[in-house]
Amino acid sequence: MKTLVFLLEKEFRQLLRSKQLIGILLIAPLIQLILLPMAADYSVKNISIAVVDNDHSTTSRKLIEKIVSSGYFRLKGYEDSYKAGLKMVEQDKADLALHIPVHFERDLVRENQKQVFVAINAIEGTKANLGGAYLGSIVTDFNQDIRLEWQVDNPAPTVSVASSNWYNPLLNFKLYMVPAILVTLVTGLVAMQSAFNIVQEKESGTIDQINVTPIKKYIFITGKMIPLMVLGIVLFTMGLLVGWLFYGVVPLGSWWVLYGSLVVYLFSMLGLGFMIATYCGTQQQAMSLSFFFINIFNMMSGVFTAVDSMPGWAQAIVTTFPPSHFIKIMRPVVLKGSGFNDILPEILWMLGLGLVLNAWAVLNYRKTS
Amino acid sequence: MRQLLTGAAFSGSSEGQSSDVHRKRAIFQFALFLGIFIRKEFLHVFRDRKTLLMLFGLPIAQIVLFGFALSNEIKDSRIAVVDYSKDAVTQRLITKIGSSPYFNIQRTLASADQIDAAFKKGDLKMAVTFPAGFGDALIHTGKATMQVIADASDPNQATTITNYLNQIVADFNSELAAGSGQPMTILPSMQMMYNPELRGAPNFVPGVMALVLMLVCTMMTSVAIVREKELGTMEILLVSPFKPVYIIIAKLAPNLLISVVNLFVILFLSSVFLGLPVKGSFLLLVFGSVLFIMTCLSIGLLLSINAQTQQAAMTGSLMGMMLPTMLLTGFLFPIENMPIALQVLSNLVPSRWYFIIVKQVMLKGLGIGAIWRELLILGGMCGLLFTISLRKFKIRLQ
Amino acid sequence: MEPVIQTDKLTKRFGQFIACNSLSFAVDKGEIFGFLGANGAGKTTAMRMLCGLLGPSSGKATVAGFDVYTQTEKIKKSIGYMSQKFSLYDDLSVAENIRFYGGIYGMSRPAIRTKTTELLEELGLQKEAKTLVRELPLGWKQKLAFSVSIVHDPQIVFLDEPTGGVDPVTRRQFWDLIYSAADNGVTIFVTTHYMDEAEYCNRVSIMVDGVIAALDSPANLKQQYGAATMEDVFYELARNAKRTSE
Repeated sequence: MKTLVFLLEKEFRQLLRSKQLIGILLIAPLIQLILLPMAADYSVKNISIAVVDNDHSTTSRKLIEKIVSSGYFRLKGYEDSYKAGLKMVEQDKADLALHIPVHFERDLVRENQKQVFVAINAIEGTKANLGGAYLGSIVTDFNQDIRLEWQVDNPAPTVSVASSNWYNPLLNFKLYMVPAILVTLVTGLVAMQSAFNIVQEKESGTIDQINVTPIKKYIFITGKMIPLMVLGIVLFTMGLLVGWLFYGVVPLGSWWVLYGSLVVYLFSMLGLGFMIATYCGTQQQAMSLSFFFINIFNMMSGVFTAVDSMPGWAQAIVTTFPPSHFIKIMRPVVLKGSGFNDILPEILWMLGLGLVLNAWAVLNYRKTS
Repeated sequence: MRQLLTGAAFSGSSEGQSSDVHRKRAIFQFALFLGIFIRKEFLHVFRDRKTLLMLFGLPIAQIVLFGFALSNEIKDSRIAVVDYSKDAVTQRLITKIGSSPYFNIQRTLASADQIDAAFKKGDLKMAVTFPAGFGDALIHTGKATMQVIADASDPNQATTITNYLNQIVADFNSELAAGSGQPMTILPSMQMMYNPELRGAPNFVPGVMALVLMLVCTMMTSVAIVREKELGTMEILLVSPFKPVYIIIAKLAPNLLISVVNLFVILFLSSVFLGLPVKGSFLLLVFGSVLFIMTCLSIGLLLSINAQTQQAAMTGSLMGMMLPTMLLTGFLFPIENMPIALQVLSNLVPSRWYFIIVKQVMLKGLGIGAIWRELLILGGMCGLLFTISLRKFKIRLQ
Repeated sequence: MEPVIQTDKLTKRFGQFIACNSLSFAVDKGEIFGFLGANGAGKTTAMRMLCGLLGPSSGKATVAGFDVYTQTEKIKKSIGYMSQKFSLYDDLSVAENIRFYGGIYGMSRPAIRTKTTELLEELGLQKEAKTLVRELPLGWKQKLAFSVSIVHDPQIVFLDEPTGGVDPVTRRQFWDLIYSAADNGVTIFVTTHYMDEAEYCNRVSIMVDGVIAALDSPANLKQQYGAATMEDVFYELARNAKRTSE
């Protein structure tokens, strides 16, 4: 155990001395944490719409006005033909094209119904879904309006829906993204650094010196783990500060739960980094391999897209990703105030993964080759 | 190697030889050098298995994973129902909601107080509450209100499933009205273009292509060059009589080839496994891609000049490029949602322009008329970056 | 004289390539034993096996009485090691390096303090105690690395090409350090390709193509091969070597 103390002394000394590294590791991520939630706005607003009005009636004009003044849409084109409207969608100038055909008003009164045509650029699913839904509900509303106006009886009973949004009533997308971006930054830092650190010792030869001493493997790895864990905790804390200062994100849940889960998470990610390091001889290899994992984690752990939307086999794979569990902890704890019992399954997952990864690293790290 | 360089480069006096022969010899020597040098670079890269794994494995794994797995589709959302009324009407509505593919009624809660706890556990996204006497109110007063509470920690999801629910209720309302014949009904007919099944792949695959190609090119190039600096072998090259520009070209060549191979593999996988064939001109797409790749290589070059150590090069390109590229390319988040400053910033990110090129050519099948602007921008970026890097490189020699 | 290192047909194969072929020799306590050979002859491989860094393919060996197959951790407690790359931490100071390695070998803090003062005095590095190792000139780094390798007073110290890249005067000073360690009873096992250093050893073995081609004191070898210097002896033996680089 005494050897551990000496190890820690050395590691911390080295860490605190590498000014360049600390700058890159702490400052760059923080800048990203400040800028990127600003970019990460997935809420669907400012949908651009091209309108084709072949009817030019009062009704059609009123419909268009209602759409435009709803706040969801931005009128980007007022075209003569549906073909022109479609072209705007094709050229990415508009997300939707609405075609109000000729005799719209007339047929609505005479035939009691009339179609309008909407073309939606569906490459981006959420926008298409929501754009269509918004437009649909505006049309329905408008429908009610004109029925009242024309004083047509509406004898049918209706169910109405009163909806409310909990935990994020303003639908502030930043609240949703900040905890997740924080996770990606801590993930990147920790996985890479742990891999680099050990590979650096391999490359410079100091690891031979260590291998020749009677140091036990698990003590060596623990000695590496603790300083990096401290680094991760510091980064996380600074991230929380930034989240509070710039975005007003204040965790609703308990600090113990938050930091406790962080430690378990760091444990698992460091295990990953160490495991990677046991397979790499050069820094470039370490970078390649850790980048491989980090990128996949970033995209698939539920940061940007929901894990629930993935097919079953993908969801199964994702359960082996520690970040996916930490995100399932971060968002509920920060935004909803979830407690320890609520997130216990996720903690257990991270613990399990961490034990497997660290054991893998220790077993793989052979002092004698 | 040194012998080869000096021997091959200086081949005796030029007196008495026609300039034509001289030029031909110079070209031959250049080709020879380039061949030798490029071969060395290839050996570097191909002998390093783990880096090779990343160079090829990463793009492939990502495209497959993301193409199949990533999607924004929201289906089977787990919801809870609280029914204080328990009459025929609520039964009908609940059945209707439950049978929709969008919803999966996980639980029936006894009271609304339990909703908060259920949300905190994280598995429920929405709770639907029917107040007591719901059916009676509907029959006798013609109006009844149900409550829908969404867990808005994910705002988009909340909005989307609330909308789904609204649609289901609207549908229910028309069923009720079926007998009485609703007058003056506007029927919107919606057509989803380019991606009628609303799959995730069409959006994510082009985006991941841009992201991965960019990251691989910039990182690998910058690290390869810095590694040579660290090892000291760069100095040998610089002392050789060959112009720096040739050295640079030779350094970039293997990465260019690897990226092009990656591109082909990705396109192959997309068309065969993800059902995303290249709708437009294949050549045009390749041309745009090569332009993009060269731009990224130039960025890598620029990064390498400023970095002192491999680690700095790697960390710099990773930390400096990854998240900004991810977020500012436009495939994860719409650029028009961002604050103006970031929108302007995104113009500087080459992958943003490449993303557009891929979408237009691959997904929509458009021609050069649609993307000439983007091509020009990329070409300009590439030329500019390359020139700056070359100049800086030369300065370092002095 | 008890042999502290004993090998019997020690062999190491890497696939088809036999790096060390049936090495049999013994090193006595307090000896300065030189392990010579050209690059690629197998010296470093042999040394790594004796240090417990590399597992042998066949044959037997004991170091400080412990078996290299089954008791590597005990071996490590009894030996010191200095590698070609010196293996000091560039970003730690002289004193910090000493303290670290002392601690790793289980020395108590007071013992480390005493040892540090001793070492700094011996090496004349008192003023550089707080200097980062990366700022030291090469010669001092080497001497420091050597001192660090024996900070815990091991029985045997293994030195792998310790004097690369410095001028002859510095090399001479380094060997003075080796002598004083040997005088204190430490057995020195040193590999080198500087033939003049061979003269400084009690006995010398010369490896050629993975096999020990000669083993004796420098004087005897010179007589045996009718050579004036060890360099000539080596040349005689290595002339026909097939392997020329590691």
